Amino acid sequence: MTLHNNLKERLTKKPILLMTHLVLGYPSLATNREVICQMAENGVDCIELQIPFSEPMADGPVILKANQKALAGGITVEDCFAFAEEMAREFPEVNFLFMTYYNIVFRFGLADFIARTAEIGLKGFIIPDLPPEEGEEYLHLAAEKNMAAIMFFTPTSTDERMADVAGQGSGFIYCVARRGVTGEHTEMDAQLDGYLARCRKATELPLAVGFGIASRDDIAMLEGKADMAVIGTATIKLVDREGAAAVGPFIRGLAHS
Amino acid sequence: MKKGYFGQWGGAFIPEVLYQTFADLKVAYETARADQSFWQEYVDLMANYSCRPTPLTFAENLSNHLGGARIYIKREDLNHTGAHKANNVMGQGLLVQRMGKKRVIAETGAGQHGVATATMAARFGFECTIYMGEEDVARQRPNVFWMEKLGSTVVPVTDGSRTLKDAINEAFRDWVTRMDDTHYVLGTACGPHPFPEMVSWFQSIIGIEARKQIVAQHGKMPDRVYACVGGGSNAMGVFQGFLDESDVELVGVEAGGKGIHTDEHASRMVGDRAAPGVAQGYKTMFLQDEDGQMLDTHSIAAGLDYVGISPILADLGEKGRVRFEAATDEEVLEALTLTMRTEGIIPALESSHAFVQAIKEAPGMSRDQAIIINMSGRGDKDIFTIAHAFDDPSWKEFIIERAEMYNKQ
Repeated sequence: MTLHNNLKERLTKKPILLMTHLVLGYPSLATNREVICQMAENGVDCIELQIPFSEPMADGPVILKANQKALAGGITVEDCFAFAEEMAREFPEVNFLFMTYYNIVFRFGLADFIARTAEIGLKGFIIPDLPPEEGEEYLHLAAEKNMAAIMFFTPTSTDERMADVAGQGSGFIYCVARRGVTGEHTEMDAQLDGYLARCRKATELPLAVGFGIASRDDIAMLEGKADMAVIGTATIKLVDREGAAAVGPFIRGLAHS
Repeated sequence: MKKGYFGQWGGAFIPEVLYQTFADLKVAYETARADQSFWQEYVDLMANYSCRPTPLTFAENLSNHLGGARIYIKREDLNHTGAHKANNVMGQGLLVQRMGKKRVIAETGAGQHGVATATMAARFGFECTIYMGEEDVARQRPNVFWMEKLGSTVVPVTDGSRTLKDAINEAFRDWVTRMDDTHYVLGTACGPHPFPEMVSWFQSIIGIEARKQIVAQHGKMPDRVYACVGGGSNAMGVFQGFLDESDVELVGVEAGGKGIHTDEHASRMVGDRAAPGVAQGYKTMFLQDEDGQMLDTHSIAAGLDYVGISPILADLGEKGRVRFEAATDEEVLEALTLTMRTEGIIPALESSHAFVQAIKEAPGMSRDQAIIINMSGRGDKDIFTIAHAFDDPSWKEFIIERAEMYNKQ
């Protein structure tokens, strides 16, 4: 089943889905494992596994530091593949995606990277510095392997651009809620409503909304306007502060109305 | 070929949030480029504000000393703020004015581009923020002093290796937050399209002048043109004057640091530490490991201490149009000393890399041959860096005495 259909099916059972994110190797793969276990047990629908990169241009300070510390801890791309394979096997009910920057993919070899990711049971890719104009071969190869190539909408995207981008992506659309980098809070206001309405009009694909979402209230505001809430920086901060065990209650709290 | 590509290099690997910003920038750039009056406005501004055309100085003593080719020095050091960086920032300043933006941001390594941008912002009345690696802020206090005095805000970048590439990442993070009123004045011929092409266009003023000047003084084309290569903007600037003359050999000199066979250098085209990659918005040869993580670089010259190279130069190198060499830190100080003693000219440490290779090759050439060295910047204003590089005892004594004096106050 494609990721798109998988998400559609899930949406028949709950009003809004949840996608979480973590940086592989931060603070360690052992902690990542615990965190993922708690996320899976509490019904998270998708998990972004970020393969660290030394130049994470689109990420804010929290994820940036996590990238650096993971690399300083010696994590390799090979470690990430092995770990992702283990997670996909252990938690088949979760849709795992690789999130990373294009140089990691390019250096590994685009075709090999896509083939290997498909082989180990992941569902797709989020590559923020690979716009469709530069990703023709990527889009083609991902489609061939039935893997989702996640595209982005942003508040600066025109309607025309949204339609163009959506036509080239698959799985779902990652709607960036505001200008800026990851981790800063977004106010849920009329402007955001208008933006999400434009997003909805531009595509049939499910809409995931991210950047700075941290509470049940944030998610409640999104219901009916988007299909999936993305929790990124908030869980990283939580694990830093309270350890992996705090993730379960946090996710449960988000899901509760 | 796809727009913004030079052979297999270049492109625009930008986050979606900047799509519209780049679309607008491309239109502004292409419109300016097609408008002859824009270039004239630029040339007039540089003549009035930045001593252009800069001279092409015949280095007679150095030529005689080496006993080979006639050596000419293109004096980009005589630009306002002391380096070729002024060309790019003033050009982009005119463009920002056209686009109606009110705020500029820039990255800087050693601080040259930061000072140049701060100067431009003061002149045009823009608000200005400069991102600079924390380590560079500590090493380059005099430049930080001037940026602040010129009215700019200097933000130390505490992430990554805390040097130039990290300052670039941070400038991009600012830009994705405030793209509506802000232009990012990228300092070299790197980054996403249209920056490599646009920066090279502004810098082409060097080559246009040099070509006229060498013909006037030497009666014909030079045999070789030397330029140091960090990001590659000064090299692109001078090389463009001679690209269509296939008999003119173009030589780019990279930072060999402590030796090309060590881990401490910043040579992308010479040596085997670099590989094709995509980072900071463009595809080029990057110093990186097998996983694609960028490596730490080293050079005595902060302006050459960078992981990537202009995609245009990567292409010209691959096609064999530009020959690349590397100069070590040690060779750089020798060339700097010789140039000061024979000509009374003080090249920046960056520019001294070009002198190294020219000095190596000139003796093997004949007297009726000519070479041009692009002296991208002046060294005297980097007295702290150069005195430190020479490990000069009397300078150290002066600094210690001055520190003691401040301590007593």
